[in-house]
Amino acid sequence: MEFFRNPNVNWLGWKWYFLAFSMIFSVAGIVKMSWNWEHPVGGMRSPVPLGVDFRGGTQVDVQFTNPPDIDAIRRAVEAAGVKDAVITSFGPATDHQVLISLPEETNEAALDTGREEIESALQAHYNNYFNPNTGVKVDVVGPTVGRQLEKQATLATLYSMLGMLIYLWFRFQLIYGVAAVVACFHDTLITVGAFALTGREISLTVIAAILTLVGYSMNDTIVVFDRIRENLRISRREGLTDLVNRSINQTLSRTVLTSGLTFLTVLALFIFGGEVLNGFSFALVVGILIGTYSSIAVAAPMLVAWQEYRAGKGKSASLPAARKSKGR
Amino acid sequence: MKKNLKSKIALIIAVLLICLYGIFGIPSGISGKALLSAISSRIHLGLDLQGGAHLILQVQVSEAVNAETDNTVQEIQQDLKKANLTVSQVVKPDPNKPDVIRIEGTSPAQTDAVSSLLGTAKYANEFDLSGGSDNNWTLTMKPLFESDLDKRTVDEAIETIRDRVDSLGVSEPLIQEYGLGANQILVELPGISDLDQVKSVIRSTARLEIHAVDGGPFSTEDAAQQSVNGALPPNDEILPFSGDLGGSNGTSYYVIERSSIVAGSDFRSADPGVNSNTGQRTVNFTLTDEAGDKFWDYTSANVGKDMAVVMGGTVREVAVIKQPIRDQGLIEGGFTENEVMELSKLLRTGALPASLNYIEASTVGATLGADSIREGVTAAIVGIVVVMAFMLVYYKGSGINADLALIFNLIILLGIMGLSAAISSASGGGGLVLTLTLPGIAGVILTIGMGVDSNVLIFERIREEIRAGKVASAAVDQGFARAWVTIVDTHVTTIVSAAILFIFGTGPVKGFATTLTVGLAANLFTAVFVSRVIFEAHLNKLKAGEMVSI
Repeated sequence: MEFFRNPNVNWLGWKWYFLAFSMIFSVAGIVKMSWNWEHPVGGMRSPVPLGVDFRGGTQVDVQFTNPPDIDAIRRAVEAAGVKDAVITSFGPATDHQVLISLPEETNEAALDTGREEIESALQAHYNNYFNPNTGVKVDVVGPTVGRQLEKQATLATLYSMLGMLIYLWFRFQLIYGVAAVVACFHDTLITVGAFALTGREISLTVIAAILTLVGYSMNDTIVVFDRIRENLRISRREGLTDLVNRSINQTLSRTVLTSGLTFLTVLALFIFGGEVLNGFSFALVVGILIGTYSSIAVAAPMLVAWQEYRAGKGKSASLPAARKSKGR
Repeated sequence: MKKNLKSKIALIIAVLLICLYGIFGIPSGISGKALLSAISSRIHLGLDLQGGAHLILQVQVSEAVNAETDNTVQEIQQDLKKANLTVSQVVKPDPNKPDVIRIEGTSPAQTDAVSSLLGTAKYANEFDLSGGSDNNWTLTMKPLFESDLDKRTVDEAIETIRDRVDSLGVSEPLIQEYGLGANQILVELPGISDLDQVKSVIRSTARLEIHAVDGGPFSTEDAAQQSVNGALPPNDEILPFSGDLGGSNGTSYYVIERSSIVAGSDFRSADPGVNSNTGQRTVNFTLTDEAGDKFWDYTSANVGKDMAVVMGGTVREVAVIKQPIRDQGLIEGGFTENEVMELSKLLRTGALPASLNYIEASTVGATLGADSIREGVTAAIVGIVVVMAFMLVYYKGSGINADLALIFNLIILLGIMGLSAAISSASGGGGLVLTLTLPGIAGVILTIGMGVDSNVLIFERIREEIRAGKVASAAVDQGFARAWVTIVDTHVTTIVSAAILFIFGTGPVKGFATTLTVGLAANLFTAVFVSRVIFEAHLNKLKAGEMVSI
């Protein structure tokens, strides 16, 4: 069985459409993120909704044995003196899970008091309907930790991009590394934009997913670049645009297969993975589509554009294969 | 050639057996239940899957700095006195800067002597000296020494917490420094779901200290102030007296010297006891050798004076020094039995060197953890089955090859995780234990994706070579050789980013990076080496001119 036999698509001929497509989605995300920034929720400026682990706050997740009555729980919690609690059902209805969250506080002690009040209110009113030892998940995150995590996550992302840039510089050439990193940045921007547009929260696990898609998109780009490098060694007469087109076409079968299969596993995660992994798998579902697209539509055209720019200035194209053949 | 193939197959079987041992150990039986319990005892589950409490504590290191400079102030005073140098006062001028000491009003004629005394290694190692021209001197703690002190304080706090947590009987608690240089401690206690219980055990108890008493008891704080003519010497403080450990408001007040004679880690051991003469409950303590010498010097010079046991900012007990004491002593007061037990436990485990703040606390109930496992595993299995079925349809005979490599990959991944736990427990808890977390399961799913990618790359390359007219063995050779370069590049890049995640990430991110890194490394072995060997074994059976099924 085969899906593609010698595809012959002029990918680079579509580059302006690709550019337009990428622009529309990036700009839509950016616009929504700036709107979020201008309209802070609960006094916290952030381009995307943040999960409790970044935002700080108290979250109590209770699994009841019977279908819970949200209004009754709200009254019970309010009667215990807890103000501003957000109470929602969580996960599939058959799970009877309820999420009670309190907004962030300026200090840790206040957060902890909130948790104690919620727990005692639940125990007073619903003692028989949930198991306090096994059916409760509590998160109390102080504002310091949230900021610290935010910094750590940003640093981790930047470091991993830098690490990959250096590796590609060493294995290919600087422009290859730059093109690949720009493609990854493009993917990250659009995926984070998708979170802003759909109003999903970015939590620590989502950050892990975004880093995965960076690795995945990089993987895809390298497969194409690798083929370009190999073809450059074999035929140096061919124009760069044709050569890049041919390389994309040669790897197309693999690209579609792998992306398709990875997409299937991630889709399984999105459908069966439960509420906890929902944000994570959403990021991957979006990220894999965009990551596959970007290696063909962003990284490769950028590489060609750079070499044409150099040729326009009268410099010879700098290519890893050409360098090697000069006996360096 | 054939012999070569045999040794390769032997290597693969050996790796497989080691990894199976890593997953199952030596199972007690081969029933499903026995195998399942063998797995769960070997694969280390993260807190999110197992249920338990997770806390991040902030160590108030400035308290340790404060205690250190308090001691130094005392030492400087003694040294100046010994050297017969006059000084109007040695103080810490700014309560917000616990690392600065000022020596004020030295005699102009003695400037050189003071300068050389403060320049001795004892002080110069810890402090930078400045001033002197106006007869005032400033000692500022060296940043390097301060960061070292911070680190020691955090380490000491970790040890203390570990001792206290041990009394809870938690199996495999995790207590370690958290973050990079933020003086925070991560505590993970599997199976504990009651945050209040945890907090009462790791309570932010202040350290226990013995101080010299300069005056008291006074019935009110004002009376205490009047006893020093309203001008409290900078090295003294007024503390309330409270006989009980709960720390209720004092009924009387004492003027206490600020720096302690012995404190916290100076206590080597402590046991509850009863004074046979009075019938009062006591805490009998032993000091370390060094602290014992210090205590001997002090008590010898101050027979007949009062000493106070201070804890958490209140005086617990005041006793007269009847005779010099070296390293054995007892604390006697109106303690209840519980208080004596608690006090001696606190002393024995070493009081915390500084108090702790909770900056993050969470618990996961075991049922919720189990739900997460079920959902994650379901997703993983559905993903694997779909992918394996597709590979069989798309690549026919070679699909079996890819599916075997995939299963191998999972066995190696779980095996290495199991082995890491087994090695760690065999070496007494040291080493790195790879933990399976919820995002870790997601990492497994991604590993599957990458594993399939390697096979697809190789197979597509083999197909290209066949299309170019090569015979079966040459096509397989070329396919592997060409795809190898790409596979190395893609894997190394992803491992680089996963490793960076492992180093800089925490909690869930780390769990994800763990499985991804191990999985990718395993994949380099299975997709390239194992798959190649299966191909070779298959090629040997082909008749001349026959093609591989791909």
